[in-house]
Amino acid sequence: MTNPENYTSNYRRYIISGAVIATVIIFIIRLLYLQVIDNEYKVWADSNAFLKKTLYPSRGMIYDRNGRLLVYNQPAYDVMLIMREIQPFDTLDFCHTVGITKAQFDKRITDIKDRRLNPGYSSYVPQTFMNQLSAQDYGILQEKLYKFPGFYIQNRTIREYEYPHAAHVLGNVGEVNKKDIELDNYYVQGDYSGRSGIERSYENALRGEKGVEILLRDAHGRTQGKYENGRHDVDPVSGKNLTLSIDIDLQTYGEQLMQNKIGAIVMIEPATGEILCMVSAPSFDPGMLVGRQRGKNHTLLENDPLNPLFDRTLMGAYPPGSTFKPAMGLIYLQEGVITPDTYYSCAHGYPVLPGNKPGCHGHASPLSLVSALSTSCNSYFCWGLRDMIDSRRRYASVQEGLDVWKDHLVSMGYGYRLGVDLPGEKAGYIPNSKIYDKMYNGRWSSSTIISVAIGQGEILATPLQICNLSAEIANRGYFYTPHIVNNIQDHVLDTLYTQKRYTSIDKSYYESIAEGMRSAVVGGTCRRAALPDIAVCGKTGTSENPHGKDHSVFMGFAPYDNPKVAIAVLVENAGFGATYAVPIAKLMMQKYFSIEMTPADKYMEETFMNTVILPRNVL
Amino acid sequence: MSYRKVNIWKTIDWITVLFYLIMVAAGWFSICGASYEYGHMNWFDPSGRPGSQLIWIALSFVLIFFILMLDSNFYGVFAHLIYAVIILLLIVTIFLAPDIKGSHSWLVLGPLRLQPAEFAKFATALAVAKIMSTYGFKLAKVKNILLVLFLIFLPLACILLQSEMGSALVFLAFFLVLYREGMTGYVLLTGICAVAFFVISMMYSEVLIGTSPLGELLVLSIVQVLMIFLARVLQQERSALPVKILSGTTLAVGLTAYVVSLSTSVDWIRVAIGLIGVSSVYLIYLAIKHWFWQYLLIILFAIVSIGFLYSVDYVFNELLEPHQQLRIQVALGLKDDPGGAGYNVNQSKIAIGSGGLMGKGFLNGTQTKLKYVPEQDTDFIFCTVGEEEGFVGASAVLFLFTFFIIRLISLAEKQKTAFARIYGYSVASIFFFHLAINIGMVTGLTPVIGIPLPFFSYGGSSLWGFTILLFIFLRLDASRKERFGGGGLEV
Repeated sequence: MTNPENYTSNYRRYIISGAVIATVIIFIIRLLYLQVIDNEYKVWADSNAFLKKTLYPSRGMIYDRNGRLLVYNQPAYDVMLIMREIQPFDTLDFCHTVGITKAQFDKRITDIKDRRLNPGYSSYVPQTFMNQLSAQDYGILQEKLYKFPGFYIQNRTIREYEYPHAAHVLGNVGEVNKKDIELDNYYVQGDYSGRSGIERSYENALRGEKGVEILLRDAHGRTQGKYENGRHDVDPVSGKNLTLSIDIDLQTYGEQLMQNKIGAIVMIEPATGEILCMVSAPSFDPGMLVGRQRGKNHTLLENDPLNPLFDRTLMGAYPPGSTFKPAMGLIYLQEGVITPDTYYSCAHGYPVLPGNKPGCHGHASPLSLVSALSTSCNSYFCWGLRDMIDSRRRYASVQEGLDVWKDHLVSMGYGYRLGVDLPGEKAGYIPNSKIYDKMYNGRWSSSTIISVAIGQGEILATPLQICNLSAEIANRGYFYTPHIVNNIQDHVLDTLYTQKRYTSIDKSYYESIAEGMRSAVVGGTCRRAALPDIAVCGKTGTSENPHGKDHSVFMGFAPYDNPKVAIAVLVENAGFGATYAVPIAKLMMQKYFSIEMTPADKYMEETFMNTVILPRNVL
Repeated sequence: MSYRKVNIWKTIDWITVLFYLIMVAAGWFSICGASYEYGHMNWFDPSGRPGSQLIWIALSFVLIFFILMLDSNFYGVFAHLIYAVIILLLIVTIFLAPDIKGSHSWLVLGPLRLQPAEFAKFATALAVAKIMSTYGFKLAKVKNILLVLFLIFLPLACILLQSEMGSALVFLAFFLVLYREGMTGYVLLTGICAVAFFVISMMYSEVLIGTSPLGELLVLSIVQVLMIFLARVLQQERSALPVKILSGTTLAVGLTAYVVSLSTSVDWIRVAIGLIGVSSVYLIYLAIKHWFWQYLLIILFAIVSIGFLYSVDYVFNELLEPHQQLRIQVALGLKDDPGGAGYNVNQSKIAIGSGGLMGKGFLNGTQTKLKYVPEQDTDFIFCTVGEEEGFVGASAVLFLFTFFIIRLISLAEKQKTAFARIYGYSVASIFFFHLAINIGMVTGLTPVIGIPLPFFSYGGSSLWGFTILLFIFLRLDASRKERFGGGGLEV
């Protein structure tokens, strides 16, 4: 044998071994980077393999105070797509099946991919392509779905309304927008949330909890069963059912009476603060804002010059007019400006100012508080304001006097939001001394601002606040924050709605105010509100409207002792309170107390339902 | 028989056999993991992949028995015949093989499918070992070199014609053997330089330093450094002065150019080429002065390198097919195309990367289970290991291969015959190439070149090919002790 060894072999053996080891070291560093240091691949792997299917809970149902179902759910079908899984398909066939044009199809695809419109976009995650397919379209699409890889159908539920009423109270449900998604990461694009009414204010209770089902998805997009037998799945939790304080019959009746008129009716149970009905006219069928017609109908309602989407009961701020007078009376009594036996003179107007402004109508003079309320005498309350804030014996300055006056009104629920459990409530407006200092350069007196004494001028109040004043007079000194939800399933109502709120007026002063309001019904301005066997108390008002005919207002409660109901009615452009607001209030209370209608009542009901009172520019 | 016959079961290298058994077993479990379907698994069903792999393994054991039972001289004696038969088979395959996923490398015999390329490896190793161990064989002779190259490139060409680029490239492993047997290291250096220059110039052609492409500049710098290195190697016992002058000049010019570049723009490419030119002139001067013509080789190297550098574009655009260009671009990170050509590599990296440190556990991998990785039980089997056994398991497999290959090298070195040693080096080199190309591919380091991971990838042909390759060497190694063990006689 030859000696195979030669001079190079020894070190070459090590060079070759070294190359092997060096290669493996490079690989190990690479593995360390891929598997331990870089986390991106794990995320990627999860989005590869896991199809997270959202399980939508059914939204809570809504009942009225008598347990009648108002709002429930019906199945709907959303078309979803996973961008990454789309393969070439017959686009025209697809568009035809779901009833859209090719241009709409292309636009939708572009919109889904646009991260500015759709911040949560991912090509791995199902995106909503179309909402709420009808059952027929769903049937056809389901049959053809195999032809459109990447498209899926997601079952959802949408709202169904038992009555075409109470649209403002119930509110509606719509697709979340970009802002909602940013504010609450519960939502993803294509989700629904309450947009208005209690759907919005009780969104968290109604929506329930989404569940998730983690499915394994193979490279061809086919699901391969549940991940770890569903150990990581989460069941959806149904939304809570709500019971409202609304009486749907009363609500329906109110809406019928307010047909073809603009205005509001609010009824509150004084003993609890529960809102019995809340009519804003014009109204609309809440079913209009469901399903695929929602967008179209919403635009329609938005463009309606009568603005039916606007909830006048708590968004409309009006001068309360004479319905403000009971509040004035209470403040004067509390501040010792007057006693129930104080008499003021009236000369078809307030004698202090030139031309007897504000004017008044014919009645006995001088007159007492009860008579002043009964006849709605303007002068009486103007005198009261003058004696209160212009007197330097009581307050150091007119400013101090006005602020005391204002504080009393705030305690009665004016000037700030009451805190009703509905979105969009307006605060109304009660001016303070600073405002007038600014307005009149610090030189002003009761004469300068005299119209506030009769609920005009700067004063603004919502119909809800007006009704609330009535409720607190009914209660003789306190009220509960008005609320519309009586009961949330498995939940305790917020203490805000179960605690008495006392006003800054002593209980003893309320009796003469109630007496005055009773007297107004018995023999004063609102005689037409009288009901047989029930002692109705009330106060009319005429809310001055700079844009047109004055608004007709009524505020009242019944019965006089142990009141069961407080009411406020406002009819825009209807002139004197007595003309429209009073009879409508009477019919509402008659309905509430289930008092049989006389033929005269029937006639009145029919007349009011058919009366059209709309601003001239609309007609 | 004049020498003492020793029981093969006592002389065989059991450590290597143990490595083999561990890898085959680990491979089988990986195939189980890769072909596991949710809900049902027929481990031993012969129609499934784990089941049929079990049959291939069992048949491998039968093969091993026959290989070990044959006389060790058989392999030397029949080396050329085996080589001839396999080459014939390869040629036949080119014409008979049906098109299977673009490859024409499978011979279909009824229910059996055979890939002759897998068997060409051991046949070529035998032939090369036989030729190189003949008496008086010297690699320095041109005739011998040509003969060996012919033996290597004949199967390589056949396999290329079968559209199996990966399997063909494996035959380049023989250059490691030639290197061990005395071939000059410059051949390897040239090869490595060619690949490195190509990759570097492609990868960094878009990056600019001033107005100069970084890729070009890097290659030229490497050329300059290598010139100094080669001058250092060649100087031997001569004066160290030329090397000092060369490195000094390089540093000085580099620094000056850098300082100048701070105030005005510098054409770095011209600086580098100028430097190489000046070095060449200096080397010519030295060659004439000392009458040492090998310095001229360094200049040749520089000229060829620069020529190669500037023909890369041509090579890439004109000689490679579009899908190969794309694969190379994706592998080099020049093209990001996760949906297309990069899909395999991307999914492979995701699967391995998602394994983390400890892995998801046997049969718990989601990426491999859900078939995200193509060819996951053959060429991409390492993904299953990476995903289910994590960094720990994947590293363990790499260590296993390292020890295995190092063991083969050390066994080869112990051989008393050139035939056995050369054959042993061939075996070690082939395993090394398979490991390097396969793992490089699945971890996204090298272009996608379909090639199995020995003992792990599913397939009878590859398992048998590797088993035969390995156990012929173990048979030869066992006979080393036969001949010289226990004071036995020499032939």
